[in-house]
Amino acid sequence: MIEFRSVSKQFPDGTLAVDDFSLVLPSHKTTVLVGSSGSGKTTLLRMINRMVDPTGGAIEIDGVDIAGLEPVKLRRSIGYVMQNSGLLPHRTVVDNVATVPLLRGVPKKQARTDALALLDTVGLERTLADRYPSQLSGGQQQRVGVARGLAVNPNILLMDEPFGAVDPIVRAELQQELIRLQRELGKTVVFVTHDVEEAFLLGDQVVILRQGGRIAQVGSPAEILANPADDFVASFVGADRGRRALHLESHGGRDILVDSDGRLAGVLTDGSRQSEAAPVPGSGAAAQGGDSR
Amino acid sequence: MTWIWANLDVIWDRTLDHLLLSVPPIILSFLIALPIGWLARRFRLGRGFILISVGLLYAIPSLPLFVVLPAIVGTSGRDPLNLVIALTIYGVALMVRVVADGLASVDADVRLSATAVGFSGRVLFWQVQLPLAGPVLLAGLRVVAVSTVSLATVGAVIGVQSLGSLFTDGFQRGIEAEIVAGIVCTVLLALAFDGALVALGRLLMPWSRPARPSGSPARAAPGPEALDAAVLGVEAPK
Ligand SMILES: Nc1ncnc2c1ncn2[C@@H]1O[C@H](COP(=O)(O)OP(=O)(O)OP(=O)(O)O)[C@@H](O)[C@H]1O
Ligand SMILES: [Mg+2]
Repeated sequence: MIEFRSVSKQFPDGTLAVDDFSLVLPSHKTTVLVGSSGSGKTTLLRMINRMVDPTGGAIEIDGVDIAGLEPVKLRRSIGYVMQNSGLLPHRTVVDNVATVPLLRGVPKKQARTDALALLDTVGLERTLADRYPSQLSGGQQQRVGVARGLAVNPNILLMDEPFGAVDPIVRAELQQELIRLQRELGKTVVFVTHDVEEAFLLGDQVVILRQGGRIAQVGSPAEILANPADDFVASFVGADRGRRALHLESHGGRDILVDSDGRLAGVLTDGSRQSEAAPVPGSGAAAQGGDSR
Repeated sequence: MTWIWANLDVIWDRTLDHLLLSVPPIILSFLIALPIGWLARRFRLGRGFILISVGLLYAIPSLPLFVVLPAIVGTSGRDPLNLVIALTIYGVALMVRVVADGLASVDADVRLSATAVGFSGRVLFWQVQLPLAGPVLLAGLRVVAVSTVSLATVGAVIGVQSLGSLFTDGFQRGIEAEIVAGIVCTVLLALAFDGALVALGRLLMPWSRPARPSGSPARAAPGPEALDAAVLGVEAPK
């Protein structure tokens, strides 16, 4: 469990990036911090591994105030994945994954074996092991980044817009991969994004932030969609428009769901027959892909 | 021409002398410039001062330096050490800025993410910053090597044997072939140094080589992998 207690961060230049932030991030769950640019997401994330030290308040991991922990040691025990993977360009894929175990003194051979196994875990072919990061696609690099984050088998995994720089198809794939991994591994994941869709897809707990790290709303995706705390949240999650605002229209005796842009979203079925529900051709999620086909 | 055939052993000896005079300054200037360049990079306040004052060393005229050095170092006037020290000073003058620039060239994101996964200061420098500064350091070192080989000929003027002795001797005795031999050998030696450094760079920095040809092995099924391959083609690094 990670707990923020009235945490503030004012940078030396006077910017108040985070103002009196309190939150509990439950263990083995994914908490997603979502908010527009400059809302303090990265700052909050970096305070967890002491890349940034708060100017007020305290952060506890499993009841221990991290201000008393040695930063380098703390960082080696927490997985960190960032946008553009942050891989070391001069080390091969397998060496990148083995980096932190080696820093922690794991024998070389062992570290390499473990790293190869991790490539399997994140769905990378072992034939890529001896390539340099520049010889991989963006999506492959992100997978290596995730493998590196998992390499010390950390309880906590910090992810700062890890899928922000890949194309939508690869992003969707990586998101599914993360969901699968999280089902298997049950890490305490802190995930930063500015994409609400991604937040709702991945988050057990979603935190919607305003400027200055002020919490607009915390809750499960369903709670937030059902009861947006205020207009800011409602418009941020798009509950009032686009593909989230659905209404019924009757066509040929069937009820069809249409979004506020007039696109077909699906048909209304009996909830118990959900698995059989046939989407209207070219509707719903398929409609996005349908345009390009 | 006949002079050359008759004096191959002399040419060879001067080449060896020249080699022995050039190697230590190249290595020393790198080793000395490393901490100074690091300091310049590390401490913003001293940066301008360090870079400018070290750079000015290059402006010291060589002949007066040879006159003054023995007095300062306590060597005799004809000691090759004088030349080695002088060449090292010029090498350092060039190399300090290169080291500072090289360290600055390391991608901030890479440094940040290395710190985030638990590299501490010293390990970060040796395992991340220095290797990644490698390509810039190598480029600087190549300039230093060539300039050192060419400057070392000046040794002849102060009585230190080098390929430069072939020019001075050739001039005094009016042997054109000897002068030409001196010039050609100096150029060849400079090229050899340059080639050796490039080879060393290839060996130590396999990652900085241009990307593999885009005609990578085709994959059977078009799917995510094919897309990856497409991205790879576009993102081939410089
Ligand atoms: N080192 C720093 N010095 C001064 N101000 C900073 C520093 N780092 C961040 N800030 C400021 O703090 C605020 C929050 O920054 P932060 O990087 O946490 O935002 P973010 O939510 O991650 O934004 P983005 O989505 O663009 O990544 C911004 O106003 C930013 O300019
Ligand atoms: Mg950010």
